[in-house]
Amino acid sequence: MGSGKSGNRERAVAAHNGHERMSNEHTIKTISGMDSVNATVLGADEIILNMGPQHPSTHGVLRVKLKLDGERVAGSECIIGYLHRGVEKIAEHRSYQQFAPYVDRMDYVAAVSNGLGYCEAVEKLLGTEAPPRARVVRTILTELQRIASHLLWLGTHALDIGALTPVFYCFREREEILKIFEKYCGARLTTHAFRIGGLQYETYDGFEEDTRRFCNDFAHKIDEYETLLTENRIWVGRTKGVGILNAADAIALGVTGPVLRASGVKWDLRKALPYAAYDQYEFDIPTRGTGDTYDRYVVRMEEMRQSRRICLQAIENIPTGPIMARIGKVLKPPPGEVYHSIEAPKGELGYYIVSDGTTQPYRVRVRPPSFINLQAFDKMAKGSLIADVVAIIGTIDIVLGEVDR
Amino acid sequence: MQRLKARFGDAFREASLDRKQAIALIAVEQLREISRYCRDEEKFDMLVDLTAVDWPKREKRFDVVLNLYSFAKNERLRLKAHAGENEPAPSVCEIWPAANWMERECYDMFGIVFEGHPNLTRILLPDEWQGHPLRKDYDILKQDTDWVRENLGIESGQ
Repeated sequence: MGSGKSGNRERAVAAHNGHERMSNEHTIKTISGMDSVNATVLGADEIILNMGPQHPSTHGVLRVKLKLDGERVAGSECIIGYLHRGVEKIAEHRSYQQFAPYVDRMDYVAAVSNGLGYCEAVEKLLGTEAPPRARVVRTILTELQRIASHLLWLGTHALDIGALTPVFYCFREREEILKIFEKYCGARLTTHAFRIGGLQYETYDGFEEDTRRFCNDFAHKIDEYETLLTENRIWVGRTKGVGILNAADAIALGVTGPVLRASGVKWDLRKALPYAAYDQYEFDIPTRGTGDTYDRYVVRMEEMRQSRRICLQAIENIPTGPIMARIGKVLKPPPGEVYHSIEAPKGELGYYIVSDGTTQPYRVRVRPPSFINLQAFDKMAKGSLIADVVAIIGTIDIVLGEVDR
Repeated sequence: MQRLKARFGDAFREASLDRKQAIALIAVEQLREISRYCRDEEKFDMLVDLTAVDWPKREKRFDVVLNLYSFAKNERLRLKAHAGENEPAPSVCEIWPAANWMERECYDMFGIVFEGHPNLTRILLPDEWQGHPLRKDYDILKQDTDWVRENLGIESGQ
């Protein structure tokens, strides 16, 4: 632990994760500026426990500092930045097209969604639009990606809580989706599936059949997961009433995506401000009321069903025509700025791009859903049992590549 | 926009539309008051994003940019304020708690100080790091070599 972040070198009573180095100057700094975990105002029975960054249930390199009163969490602080690669700085030194593959490395379990957001933002900046065929293919691939992302979430979340079986089932179905991606563009994870202006590749022969077969099979598969979990007494016991976030808090904290919908706010960018081809399809926005971990589980399960529904509608009627808009090889958007966001699997993924009229963006800001949703962790974890902390981290569905960028 | 202008007069500098998106340029001193008004009266209840842009050649080099969203109107509004290098911007944490980490990131990357922030420390970079990487005068190959040597025990270099 000698490397990495260091606002954390106070006299930690218990260092779960190896040896903490002590340093006087940082002790002083920590004491003066800490919101909820304050080393100086520990109660008689309180201890500080470090969780992560190398902890299997933090889904990457998240470090959480917990202030504990017995088994209860009295406060928490997330320490992030271990995976910071300076994506926004890199963007300023690449051309618009060159930067496109980089966005896949943020939320790397939903690379297609990242690409869609970026390509559409640049298209908006250029004042152009992808042709209808490209928009429908983009919609299908993005919805498949949403299912894949939710499957990964479900498998690992259940694994964190102690259910070993779902992860194998989820990865089995996720594999089918990754195979479709591989056949389409050659890559499984960081796909770079879209190009600014449309698509680079036509769909392969059998794309419709593969997608249709997957969607048809998948209906039973979701039911299968639900038989494992939905009424499982242990699952319900571990998730109901855990990590409650009400609607007002969720909005104030800027939380978006399934977490917001589980708190009872019926809001989805695909409906509110439609992009790609979403305005052509029928689907519902699942919501729940309590905003606990169980509700977020139910919302995501239902979202997978809705994504499947969108895919089935879209695959029936893919328009013919070109797949690329007529844009030049050299992109020089007129000076100005644009904010464009999409409903990524984790929430609102936005790109704020400023152009100064050259081939390179002047500034690219990514509004990462994981980063902002993670901010609600403290609110959700306060007062819960220490054993529930892993459930709460899992239920926010974060990807550290996106939190740290 | 009209209402904003009527209410805040001079602090409301300019309204513009870029790619059909509404942008309001405001005075940085009034940022908190205008934000509060936008949230309470105009129902922009969610702060979607808070960031900055560096224009080093300008007298006040930073743009502080707030992207707001209103659930009731299904509308977006972008507030923009110019801030100088050593000029603090008011924190909007008490209006939208979401601003907490966003302002910390802004401080980390640009060195903009948000006055009234409960815990304005670096968030992505190590606390002792020198420099603010998203400033235009911070070269892409630059690193805090002293920090790297001290903490990682290696010589940094590309």
